[in-house]
Amino acid sequence: MHFHPVTADDKQKMLEDIGVSSFEDLLKGIPASLRNPKINVREAVSELEIQNLMRGLGNINHSAHDYLSFLGAGSYEHFVPTAVSEVIRRNEFYTAYTPYQPEASQGTLQSIYEYQSLITELTGLDVSNASHYDGSTSLAEAVLLSVRHTDRVKVLVSRAVHPHYRQVIETYLKGTPYSMVEFGFGEDHTFDRAQFESLLTPEVAGVVFQTPNFFGVLEDLEGVSEKVHENGSLLIMTANPLSLAALRSPGEWGADVAVGEAQPFGVALQFGGPYVGYFSATRALMRRIPGRLAGLTVDSEGKRAFCLTLQAREQHIRRERAASNICTNQALCALAACVHMTLLGKEGIREVAELNMDRAAYLRGKIGATPGFKVLKDQPIFNEFVVRSDKPFDVLEKKLLNKKIFPGVPLETYYPELKNQFLVCATETKTQEQLDTFVRELSQC
Amino acid sequence: MNFPKELRYTKTHEWAKKEGRTVTVGITDYAQKEISDVVFVELPKNGQAVAAGKPAAVVESVKAAFDIYSPVTGKVTAVSSVIEGDPGMVNQDCYGKGWFFTVEMSTESEWDALMDSAQYEKNLKTEV
Amino acid sequence: MLISDSSQLSFEKSRPGRRGAALPKQFCDKSQGLEAVPDKFRRRRKLVFPEMTEPEVVRHFVQLSKKNFSIDTHFYPLGSCTMKYNPKINEWAAGLEGFAKVHPLQPESTTQGFLQVCYELEQDLKEITGMKRFTLQPAAGAHGELTGMMLVRAYHEAMGQAKRRKVLVPDSSHGTNPASAALYGYHVVELKSNARGRVELKTLEEHLDDEVACLMLTNPNTLGLFEEDILKITEAVHKKGGLLYYDGANFNALLGIARPGDMGFDVVHLNLHKTFSTPHGGGGPGSGPVGVSERLIPFLPGPLLDKEGSRYLLRDAGPKSIGRVKSFHGNAGMLLRAFVYIRTLGLSGLKKVSEDAILNANYLKEKLKKIFPIAVDEPCMHEFVLSIRNTKAQGIHSGDIGKRLLDFGVHAPTVHFPLVVEEALMIEPTETESKETLDRFVETLEKIAEEIIRNPEMIKLAPHTLPIRRPDEVLAARKPVLSYRDQLRDKVLLAEGVPS
Repeated sequence: MHFHPVTADDKQKMLEDIGVSSFEDLLKGIPASLRNPKINVREAVSELEIQNLMRGLGNINHSAHDYLSFLGAGSYEHFVPTAVSEVIRRNEFYTAYTPYQPEASQGTLQSIYEYQSLITELTGLDVSNASHYDGSTSLAEAVLLSVRHTDRVKVLVSRAVHPHYRQVIETYLKGTPYSMVEFGFGEDHTFDRAQFESLLTPEVAGVVFQTPNFFGVLEDLEGVSEKVHENGSLLIMTANPLSLAALRSPGEWGADVAVGEAQPFGVALQFGGPYVGYFSATRALMRRIPGRLAGLTVDSEGKRAFCLTLQAREQHIRRERAASNICTNQALCALAACVHMTLLGKEGIREVAELNMDRAAYLRGKIGATPGFKVLKDQPIFNEFVVRSDKPFDVLEKKLLNKKIFPGVPLETYYPELKNQFLVCATETKTQEQLDTFVRELSQC
Repeated sequence: MNFPKELRYTKTHEWAKKEGRTVTVGITDYAQKEISDVVFVELPKNGQAVAAGKPAAVVESVKAAFDIYSPVTGKVTAVSSVIEGDPGMVNQDCYGKGWFFTVEMSTESEWDALMDSAQYEKNLKTEV
Repeated sequence: MLISDSSQLSFEKSRPGRRGAALPKQFCDKSQGLEAVPDKFRRRRKLVFPEMTEPEVVRHFVQLSKKNFSIDTHFYPLGSCTMKYNPKINEWAAGLEGFAKVHPLQPESTTQGFLQVCYELEQDLKEITGMKRFTLQPAAGAHGELTGMMLVRAYHEAMGQAKRRKVLVPDSSHGTNPASAALYGYHVVELKSNARGRVELKTLEEHLDDEVACLMLTNPNTLGLFEEDILKITEAVHKKGGLLYYDGANFNALLGIARPGDMGFDVVHLNLHKTFSTPHGGGGPGSGPVGVSERLIPFLPGPLLDKEGSRYLLRDAGPKSIGRVKSFHGNAGMLLRAFVYIRTLGLSGLKKVSEDAILNANYLKEKLKKIFPIAVDEPCMHEFVLSIRNTKAQGIHSGDIGKRLLDFGVHAPTVHFPLVVEEALMIEPTETESKETLDRFVETLEKIAEEIIRNPEMIKLAPHTLPIRRPDEVLAARKPVLSYRDQLRDKVLLAEGVPS
């Protein structure tokens, strides 16, 4: 086996040095009834055959590589500079371990620190961790933070938050003394302020909003943080980090915690994962943040040094009193995000955000003007919007798939009242020709 | 190591100083040496109820976290304003500025159950 | 010098006006996008981001990478982490456009290739572990553990046994075990290991009552020792109505040798980034699939993978499901890598993994126990623990020895864990290391053992040859500086000659 250096010769010498006559002698303690289980797994194939097999399996899939895709809803197709994959393919990055030995991991630690810095800049909050599994689990942990911090039992969550994220929060809260209550949205896809305020009672630990919300809409949160804080609760926002380059950040809205999905920065779609959750908060909440934190300090010679810090919050020390149980996070994806953000830079990231807004506004305008389709043309959006069609979505989708187009994500599965409505996403990856093609094909449905 | 004679001690290495019904609590010289550099202290809240032998505070070093147990039952009446911002003070002056919190005792007899400095030192020798 | 000494941040190398990416062109009427959005939605706060060109960014990160140890450059005998070689074919496959660009919400008819990979992986994992069904959703081992705890809770509640609030763990367990249990509101009780480092059946039975929800074990345990009483253990727990959870962190010892399903475990999590060769990435991404016995299947998180005829599909979990634990489908990219690994090794390759892992560990153990005290002197499985308790006189701890090893080009083993062993040094060579590497490791430790006597300062102040000396972790914890913004605000640790 080409990964296993131990030869028959080696084995013989080693058994001699160990002092046993056969390998089986080393397994004497294992009950006989457990030994040599019958395992029905295929035998090995050569690497050439694997290459053919995987290429074949990959070719069975369609995706943005051969279709025109307008799918978003928490997973976004963006232009990724080639240099990003060059960096994350450096062996010293992707085959490295968690940086528990700082002297041997300054590369990983400094890049985590830079990632943390970039996230705090975008969110406008003080502290960021080294990454979480994804946006949904990051949000669930933010909710847990709020109940622990305030000693209260309820969280209010906007129904315009990503359905998967709400499901994950529900899962995390099941069997605990905590509960989640949802508040709804109106015809314009923004939150029902009256309902929200009536639900903001003294048992509420935290309130969750998404920006842009699941429908792509930017919600007016003026006055919300004041009311939330007056109530003694925390304001948690889950935000598309790319949008924050041009749009008002959670910090500027008065949020205490900002979490979300940093997949838009350098992380491939990969059928849903691995992605990278980010988690940031105000300094007051620093010690309650889950996950790893890279800090800057000096070494014994006064030289700058990076190391993991505030580790006494974590599982390997606090054990049952840890802030979270997270161990392995998504470091390599966070590195990809860091490199991507660094390449875009201060001007570039803002430009990309604006390109997204321009493309989406353009597409929305054109679709809105197409007979058989309606949009909310005045709502401020980032790069996604809802389209309502006269025809059933499956009919549309079938026709468009034949034209190699993924028209968008149907909303009825998640919101039964939103029949024949679907979410369309247009990022900077779309050319004018592609957008016009889509509109033309829609009009012919 | 130093164990002031006017204080009383617990098996879990806290010291206690009594003034009327108020007991001031901190950790002993032995404890601060064992923990080594204190990086963070989590104190109870003012007014919080504490029970003898139950955790009331947490001390963190770089590599570990330690429960600090209240020597007596009662209500927390004061909490240090020094050690949260300057955790190193716990190592520097564990019997003075490094105090943690004060408790208004509900059961005065608990005080008698605490060890004096001679008993504590003896206890240390057998433990270590 | 071969690598740069600089620890300047990208922010500090930044110069106004530089750009690192050539962006797609603007073609839309600009008045429709950001300009059409009311002021209150726009960002007002200045964005402090680096401005660098592509060559500068590339050099910056490549130089950083050269400051790292990694499996592809160094031997990493980290106990419990299974630092085995990460096959390049896995990376190549995951990067294929046909996989990398698949959106999770595409209609299923367009993702059959990916669904097939995930489905077949589940079948393979079922066979390898002896479990009846898997969820591939959890993103890491600890996430799998949390999922496992939720499954345990849901099961007992459905059986009218919600009173079971206790979880038993051995005192040698990995920190995520009690953390996961406590996160779910369970009361954690630690069982004292016996003199042979294992769970003592009598101790277990003393703690087994009808309030125990489950026993969390890893087998072999963190000392690398197989729990020989495992069948009696699982029987005892089941008899009292409890469940058994298997932490798969040490599964590299059991491939083809024994299966947790056969031992009686009800919930099993695997670490694909350990046993199944997916790369550690400096701290993830990983993947922690969770397998269950028959009675726990109804509670699994959805969606679940299924096959109807020749069609692969995602099926909603039933009404008893604990619900989703992550957005979309799990770390599909890592699942794919594990799938390729299993196809590459095949059944005999998988068996050889554990055989060689056990052989390498026992070989090292025999050689190293002559140099340092060993925690339990018995045949081990894939890892073993030394107890560096003979160096107190020189004031040297196991951590110091780990640091000195760095100077010799070997990553430190796991230090100060498990907690039940004094001055623990946990060593797991894995099956992808050659006998020569192991022999060199032994020689290195012999040198260090001599140094302990002749020149202990060398060890106490190690490492000496790396980009930094020991960092002041006390300062880092007392006065945390966690971002460039912290540096600017507190005016600390700024690089020389950097415009702020």
